[in-house]
Amino acid sequence: MTSVTGVSAPDPSPTSSVASRSTGRLGDRVFSGLSIGAGTLVVVLVLLIGLFLVTQAVPALQRNEVNFLTSSEWTVSGEHPRFGVAGLLWVTVVSSIIAMLLAVPVGVAVALFLTQYAPTWLARPAAGTIDLLAAVPSIVYGLWGLRQFGPVLVPVQQFFAQYFGWIPIFAPNNGLSGNVSTIFVVGVVLAIMILPIVTALSREVFAQTPRAHIEGAMALGATKWETIRTAVLPFGKPGVISAAMLGLGRALGETLAVTIILATLAPGTPWVASLFNGGETFASKIANNAGEFDTPQKTGAFLAAGLVLFLLTFVVNAIARIVIERRKAFSE
Amino acid sequence: MAKRIDVQDLDIYYGKFKAVEGVSMRIEPRSVTAFIGPSGCGKSTVLRTLNRMHEVIPGASVDGQVLLDDKDLYAKDMDPVAVRRTIGMVFQRPNPFPTMSIFDNVAAGLRLNGVKNRKVLSETVERSLKGANLWNEVKDRLDKPGAGLSGGQQQRLCIARAIAVSPEVLLMDEPCSALDPISTLAIEDLIHEIKEKYTIVIVTHNMQQAARVSDRTAFFNLAATGKPGKLIEIDDTQKMFNRPSEKATEDYISGRFG
Repeated sequence: MTSVTGVSAPDPSPTSSVASRSTGRLGDRVFSGLSIGAGTLVVVLVLLIGLFLVTQAVPALQRNEVNFLTSSEWTVSGEHPRFGVAGLLWVTVVSSIIAMLLAVPVGVAVALFLTQYAPTWLARPAAGTIDLLAAVPSIVYGLWGLRQFGPVLVPVQQFFAQYFGWIPIFAPNNGLSGNVSTIFVVGVVLAIMILPIVTALSREVFAQTPRAHIEGAMALGATKWETIRTAVLPFGKPGVISAAMLGLGRALGETLAVTIILATLAPGTPWVASLFNGGETFASKIANNAGEFDTPQKTGAFLAAGLVLFLLTFVVNAIARIVIERRKAFSE
Repeated sequence: MAKRIDVQDLDIYYGKFKAVEGVSMRIEPRSVTAFIGPSGCGKSTVLRTLNRMHEVIPGASVDGQVLLDDKDLYAKDMDPVAVRRTIGMVFQRPNPFPTMSIFDNVAAGLRLNGVKNRKVLSETVERSLKGANLWNEVKDRLDKPGAGLSGGQQQRLCIARAIAVSPEVLLMDEPCSALDPISTLAIEDLIHEIKEKYTIVIVTHNMQQAARVSDRTAFFNLAATGKPGKLIEIDDTQKMFNRPSEKATEDYISGRFG
């Protein structure tokens, strides 16, 4: 379920005794061959994709005349290519953070409601409905966000711009706070898109909280909420973290919905901190220009951006792993 | 501390199924009362009604009265959370909170009661761990996870956690069934010591244990599978194990069934 990003709950590592106890029978050999092969295949695939990105990106990066990580220019053709990902990194990370800030608390709250508060007759259909959110194609989210939901959010943007405009991220930005195609709207739509992942995984771990821990808390005289705080949340925390990271992974890489909603900026537009601004994420940048990959240099430049996204997602997952591992000492 | 429990004509249900019928008994303060009987006879169920833990199971309900020093635990205005704060419970399997340190496990109940003062917390934790005969073994590693202790230590940690909030009554649901003989002995010694201060009710499958630790013994039985369990008799442990009034008790204790 989580092989895509590698933030699955840690599986018990196969003990060598099991492997070495192989009897040499045909079924045994076939099965171990298949499972070793499948495991190797995944690793090889990841390596090959990484290799593809690196080999394509490096030649273009070598000809780049500005710092790839700190520049926001994007001129990829011609004798003097100048391109950098600072702008893309900003929009990608900020929109994903908005999505996380909204989706994780809501997802955890929904999961707690479904597992701890809702009666059974309600919990099942409600969980199914939330899973349905995951079945909505991202193109639908994109169109819905642009046509239906975005306009609803505009007054919210304007409210923030008017009363909290002194905070840089809420700056009115020349009236763009009245526009639908902003990073803010994208962040909220992304939140809705990752909500089912966060909810479903959180629900699963919360539901697995051992009865003994819950009763232990209740027997100490914990109220419902105190029981959740002392038994359910600590038990589910690693699961919630991995759920959040899975959601973040999806938000970082989401392409279609972002491409549809977010307005691109004219080249040379100066950077502003405001969320009420257009821009491009790594994924939407590549998608917007997919028709132009006519020279290796151009393709390489875009794939270099893709490589950064790849590494970014990798780092996010690695951090999630470390957090989960560190907490393992405190769990059974 | 240490209050008397009066159970009056208690019927206990799981949904529509009547699990236990017509239990009436008196449990004296500063004594140990053991519940014995074959599996499924409802002794654990009765125990769980004494601190209103029975009703956390969906559909479970109770009919009758449980009086703690004349205060009805099942009165309309009685808050089950308040009941559980005055009546502690230790479970069959040790269940320290896995994400908490040894210190935090013992302090958990105090924190639920709103105690924040570090000095009060650490004094109470030390007193409770000493009371549970665990202090010397863990005093140097209070910040380590409670789940890292051995089974017997974990169970004593749970007892420390339960007595940290100074309950009136301590309920123990087969506290030694998951432990080895040496750990069991440690828990039994502990029960002997703390009965000076608490009213203790212990469910056990181990007849010798009941004989060793308890002052009074209650024998539960059920007429047949699917029928509700009943309290057959309750009496001084000495008398119950030597010359019980009921034939069924004698049969059970002498190992003729169950």
